[in-house]
Amino acid sequence: MSLDTDATPSDETPNFFAPRHRRIFVGRRGVLASTLSSVLIVAAIAVLLFVAPGGATFRYTFFNGHDLWLAWVGDPSKGLSALRDGLLTNIWMFLLSEVLVLIFGLAIAWTRISQTPVLYPFRVLATAYTDVMRGVPLLLTILLVGFGLPELGFPVISYQSPAVYGVAALTLGYSAYVAEVIRAGIFSVPNGQLMAARSLGLTQVATMRRVILPQAIRNVIPPLLNDFISLQKDTALVSVLGAIEVVRSAEIFSATEFNQSGLVLAAVFFIVLTIPMTRFTDRLIARDRARRLANE
Amino acid sequence: MADVVLELDSVVKRFGDHEVLRGVSLALHRHEVVCIIGASGSGKSTLLRCANLLEKIDEGSVSLFGQNLMDPRIDPDLVRRHIGMVFQSYNLFPHVDVLENILLGPVRALKRKRSDVEPEALALLDRIGLKERAHDYPEKLSGGQQQRVAIVRSLAMRPALLLLDEVTSALDPTLVGEVLDLLTDLAHQGTTMLIATHEMNFARDVAHQVVYLDAGVIVERGTPEEIFSHPQHESTRSFLERVR
Repeated sequence: MSLDTDATPSDETPNFFAPRHRRIFVGRRGVLASTLSSVLIVAAIAVLLFVAPGGATFRYTFFNGHDLWLAWVGDPSKGLSALRDGLLTNIWMFLLSEVLVLIFGLAIAWTRISQTPVLYPFRVLATAYTDVMRGVPLLLTILLVGFGLPELGFPVISYQSPAVYGVAALTLGYSAYVAEVIRAGIFSVPNGQLMAARSLGLTQVATMRRVILPQAIRNVIPPLLNDFISLQKDTALVSVLGAIEVVRSAEIFSATEFNQSGLVLAAVFFIVLTIPMTRFTDRLIARDRARRLANE
Repeated sequence: MADVVLELDSVVKRFGDHEVLRGVSLALHRHEVVCIIGASGSGKSTLLRCANLLEKIDEGSVSLFGQNLMDPRIDPDLVRRHIGMVFQSYNLFPHVDVLENILLGPVRALKRKRSDVEPEALALLDRIGLKERAHDYPEKLSGGQQQRVAIVRSLAMRPALLLLDEVTSALDPTLVGEVLDLLTDLAHQGTTMLIATHEMNFARDVAHQVVYLDAGVIVERGTPEEIFSHPQHESTRSFLERVR
């Protein structure tokens, strides 16, 4: 059998040199290129802050050393709460929410994929829950929970602090997302694993717990951490309920001192809080990728 | 060969409009090895999965030790604890080591004490020469080693019979031998097995009965001699010619 073709191999020696204008992207010149682009970007930011017409006022209002310090330590005599204290509120809010979100998310995911007839009404509820919670903006959920629950007049749950309602609302909102992530993780486990576990006589629950979930969770750790990063930042939204966390403190500072440095400080806090998590997530993703490539 | 372990009676299985099994009847006796041969898509795997209730059958019945498994009061989990199954793609649990793979069934399904099962598991691993790999993760093992661990994993449940679903089809040709040797050993020790396979020489060596399945129907059955040397049906003949 022969393939009919008019193309014949060329006798010319091919040229592997990149054309001049592309040389910055290939080979050792990459280092030079990256240095150059970094310098350019930094210069551009400097231009924005220092050369802009309103640069001086801007620097004074947003990056004022004295006011940054004042926002950080607070001043009770002026009714200024310290941002560093507010920060603690954000931290315990997201730590608690993350734990609760994992528990609820897992419960909802499990309910949604279960096939037990007894659980049918719960399955419908869980589906409705994820639909509603992913549809309603988190800010609204926080407002509804924060102003709704106290109104109901229940013994304990109607007399909590705004931060506690914040945790409840964050948990409600994020559990829906996390449930979907976990559900996707469960579906990512090959069907053969399920069959192998069931053919050993493991019950549905044991199969889930011992075989499927350990693999599913491992598969979705990066997206899960992504949701957590976003949850950490969304603790700022709880300020609308009047919880004295970082953003609320910064707003009070702005209103009292007519200076926005508190807001900048708050932003820095959130960056400092999320960077370890983002770096960690990146490392996990890289490790995962390396392992997958090694297995091919 | 008197006592029947597994019996399928006119089993019909459909996936949507497609009838995968069209009235299959088969009996498996104690210490008997039955090999199912047939082209891909003929229903071999489905037949095995119906046997341990991984698939729900549409018509007919499956019984184990004379008990009709179609009875709604039957707990499939209890049934499966007596039927070992080995898959084409090994399906070892990748998140735990080799030893844990073997312990999982006896400890979590049979609720036996880990300290009781562990020596047995290690003895099984020793038998296949992989005792020193007990704490390796499955991905560190070759395909042949993984498949032998998978066989041993099902043996640790002390099953009444083994279902083997083309267990060498995913293997590198150089690794097929070690798995078939293990199965041959098991056959000689009297393990009851229902084997779907494309390895005709192996089937000829170990099977007491060979069943030729074509498009969900058992076309022909008999001793290896009858099937391989004197096939009666045209479709059996042409199948055997194609695989040779």
